[in-house]
Amino acid sequence: MSAATRNGETAAEIAAAVRSGTRSAREVTDAYLGRIGAGEEAVHAFNLVTADAARARADEIDAMIADGHDPGPLAGVPIALKDNLCTRGVATTCSSRILAGWEPPYTATVVERVVAAGAVPLGKTNLDEFAMGSSTENSAFGPTRNPRDPSRVPGGSSGGSAAAVAAEFAPLALGSDTGGSIRQPAAFCGVVGVKPTYGTVSRYGLIAFASSLDQVGPFANTVTDAALLLDAIAGPDPLDSTSIRAEWNPVISAVDEGIEGLRVGVVTELLDGIDADVAARLSEAVDVLRAGGAKVGDASVPAAIHGLAAYYLIAPAEASSNLARYDGVRYGLRVDGVDVADMNAKTRGAGFGAEVKRRIMLGTYALSAGYYDAYYGQAQRVRTLVIRDFDAAYRDFDVLLTPTTPTTAFEFGDKTGDPLSMYLSDVCTIPTNLAGHPAISVPFGTGANGMPVGVQVLAPALGERAMFRAARALELGAP
Amino acid sequence: MAPERITRADVEHVAHLARLALTEPEIEELTGQLGDILGYAAQVSALDLTEVPPTAHPLPLVNVFRPDEARPGVDRDEVLAQAPATENNRFRVPRILGEARG
Amino acid sequence: MSTREVSKAWEAVIGLEVHVELATATKLFCSCANEFGAEPNTNVCPVCLGLPGSLPVLNERVVEFALRLGEAFEFSVPAQSIFHRKNYFYPDMPKDYQVSQYDAPICVDGTLIVDGTAIGIERAHMEEDTGKSLHVGGSGRIHEADHSLVDYNRAGVPLMEIVSRPEMHSAEQARGYVSALRGVLGVIGVSDVKMEEGSMRVDANVSIRPVGSDELRTRVEVKNMNSLRSLGRAIDYEIARQIEMYETDERIVQETRHWDEDAGVTHGMRTKEGSEDYRYFPEPDLVPVAPDDSMRARARASIPELPAARRVRLVSEWGIADHEAAVLLAEPGLADYAEGAVAAGASGHDATNWSVGAVLGYLNENALAPQGLLLRPDGLAELIGLVSDGSLNRKLATDVLDEALRDGKRPKQIVEARGLAQVSDEGAVGALVDDVFAQNSDAVADWRGGDDKLKKKKRGFLMGEVIKASKGSADTAVLNRLLDEKLNG
Ligand SMILES: [Zn+2]
Repeated sequence: MSAATRNGETAAEIAAAVRSGTRSAREVTDAYLGRIGAGEEAVHAFNLVTADAARARADEIDAMIADGHDPGPLAGVPIALKDNLCTRGVATTCSSRILAGWEPPYTATVVERVVAAGAVPLGKTNLDEFAMGSSTENSAFGPTRNPRDPSRVPGGSSGGSAAAVAAEFAPLALGSDTGGSIRQPAAFCGVVGVKPTYGTVSRYGLIAFASSLDQVGPFANTVTDAALLLDAIAGPDPLDSTSIRAEWNPVISAVDEGIEGLRVGVVTELLDGIDADVAARLSEAVDVLRAGGAKVGDASVPAAIHGLAAYYLIAPAEASSNLARYDGVRYGLRVDGVDVADMNAKTRGAGFGAEVKRRIMLGTYALSAGYYDAYYGQAQRVRTLVIRDFDAAYRDFDVLLTPTTPTTAFEFGDKTGDPLSMYLSDVCTIPTNLAGHPAISVPFGTGANGMPVGVQVLAPALGERAMFRAARALELGAP
Repeated sequence: MAPERITRADVEHVAHLARLALTEPEIEELTGQLGDILGYAAQVSALDLTEVPPTAHPLPLVNVFRPDEARPGVDRDEVLAQAPATENNRFRVPRILGEARG
Repeated sequence: MSTREVSKAWEAVIGLEVHVELATATKLFCSCANEFGAEPNTNVCPVCLGLPGSLPVLNERVVEFALRLGEAFEFSVPAQSIFHRKNYFYPDMPKDYQVSQYDAPICVDGTLIVDGTAIGIERAHMEEDTGKSLHVGGSGRIHEADHSLVDYNRAGVPLMEIVSRPEMHSAEQARGYVSALRGVLGVIGVSDVKMEEGSMRVDANVSIRPVGSDELRTRVEVKNMNSLRSLGRAIDYEIARQIEMYETDERIVQETRHWDEDAGVTHGMRTKEGSEDYRYFPEPDLVPVAPDDSMRARARASIPELPAARRVRLVSEWGIADHEAAVLLAEPGLADYAEGAVAAGASGHDATNWSVGAVLGYLNENALAPQGLLLRPDGLAELIGLVSDGSLNRKLATDVLDEALRDGKRPKQIVEARGLAQVSDEGAVGALVDDVFAQNSDAVADWRGGDDKLKKKKRGFLMGEVIKASKGSADTAVLNRLLDEKLNG
């Protein structure tokens, strides 16, 4: 029974039907392409829809079935890819003018893995430029709209992927999460979003924002589908030095194990400044978990309140270096100049949007001579504190619970004039990125404005199995 | 120790380091915004963390290596086709002035 | 006019930064071939082109080589070392940062023995090389060029940067340091160490101070020396320039100066203020290197006998002079060649003489390495055998060796083919002496009536005539004896 789907079709069901030959991959792909054709104009989830390639890939899957081969656990399941994942010969833009038209000569490991598992990529989804933002308003190609209410943002930065799943343009999508960029849009759009343990999913071919925080993860309409996709993409990659060497322990088998005896802590420090309707849903979520047999108590992660400040030093610092390579020399935009330095500066001035420039400036400043210790160095120490506090909390609890976001989806333009207030909407999601821990956002009812509310389950590193059990319980008990 | 207020000269200096050509309004806006954001971030500089070691990385991994075995790279034409300007199978750039190599 | 202060005695303080390209099969962080002279932009991939989304993975051989350095120079190797990013824009650097090591290098506090003196090495660290730019127009000079063209084949090639302490005091000593360093690096097999081809680049930090002082004054970094000779010249020039500056009360600024080989001078390089803010921070795409016992043990086991120890051993085992051992060791592979000849039966003394003489001369003339000689060490031993058993005198042996080196024939073969065997038969040599006496009776008479000085002169003349008559094949020992017998007889 899949509680969260509206059209009664999950990725798991599609894969089962395609593998058993009761539905063709082509038929499924055409149906989703049809839905995109009908709804995309209003939503703008995609930067690029690769319809021909999708149909060709679906035909290959069907040919494999006809030949008696198993295309894999995602057989024939359409998937949307965040446009910061490299796809060979297919434009990959990061929603930036500086990369417009760039066709990578290689494909990201995660994309290779979903394709190897039988999935059918439908296209590249919109994002805040270089994944910097919380609303997709920072896309150079125009914002994505929230399918639940087109006057509201879908969240970000993976807003296109969240909206694609919410609008049922695709049953699955891949996003990336540096400070909440999967979980926050999942919450705003009413879908499931997972940030796996750092090092679980290869970053090779994910265009870097902040290397020590970035992690690719799934969007889906159900917790089970998210588990299915996570199992397909997780596991060691020799091309990523930060990938965990141990084989991945699949989560799909844990999803329906129930939560009897599971110790759940509600993080008290992250309840301040939460909207009342969101707080109300969180307390209902606690009731659901208790009813399922979990032991729920209060948990404390004191350093979490400093997480946001540390994040807004570490992430821009790493980004300022990661984004140096967009210099007009080897690929992407070039604006001519009298010498190479002038060309670099003009190219970057014209190619990057305001938020990207702001973060490059912030990060450059935080690393520059004289300020390193006060800013970047100090933020790295806060990071240690956050990890220590989480470690302490996980001595008493198996998983932690927080709201995913302090509010439900806001309206366009609400926060664009005030970068700091936009940053503050990431306060609940950021601490797990700093610690490298996994977290999942599960839709749990709606707020006063009728928009979805997301509840977040956190777990220690590689604690995904317990995390998915709790998430499944919340999904089943959601209002 | 928290720094002084962000001045216009700071913004111009940082823009130079970051190779960003900024417009007049951008410089003005960033002067204010960077000050605000750094003012907020300064809460971390105020903490006494002398006994706390920095964490550069969430994972305790060490010694990740690859074997010293050559593999084919990417096709030159495919790479050069993406470049803004090429000449004789090389990437063409405007003249390099001024700054010494690091 | 003020009178110029009388020149004090000045002492130079020199530190060297040496970049060595490692002789690995692949680059530092990707699997592209590390080879010289490939077509432009053919040894490239997403990683070394810095394409968006690509990630580095460390070459295990580079770590192994770094640990060999650790052993060879008695470095301490910290439990963990990490990479940093050095951020600055340059078109031949694909990511616009260089991955290098900063405050946690793999090797710290080493030593190199240079002609009996221990020179401290502050650190050695791993880093990536940049691409190469070709400057078009303006006679190829960077600042006058119309535009530049970039080839990324060298981008990401592994380097070790080896930084000495400022403990050298003359150009000669600096050259000795580089020479010794090169010897060790070659022996431990981590690099081709060819300064002329750029696989070894040396920058010098030079300052001067009054003799007897231990202060460190403003130093100047001198770059762009492409041979040991130019390193020596550049340092000497820089020392003289600084002395001149101090003695005329000019201020020396901390700067980088470029050595101009043709003009024989150093030029200050333009630097913009602020360009030295590299914003180092730990490279988040790489994890720490933590050499464990087995890695250390493997490095230790792969280190052969090092030049300093070998020098001592050769002197004591072969009874050769220390400076001869030094010459043998200065040319990579030459000591191996001599040891090969000894293994094939030659004495150490003879093997050394021939190796540092005719063999080294031939190598230098033809820009060859000993490994490339057609005449293998056992051939040299054969030649030495022919001399010691009296078949060849020294002059003939030199001719034979020359031919053997050129075409690789065995010395015995050459001797046979040219009928060159030395005449040591007393009858034959005696007959020659008799003939010469007959044809030069004046000289014989002069000898008989002459004083010591004249005797010596005439004896030399007669000796020469006999050798000439024998076409050089007369055994000189036999000849000497017979000559004296017949003159005095
Ligand atoms: Zn490469």
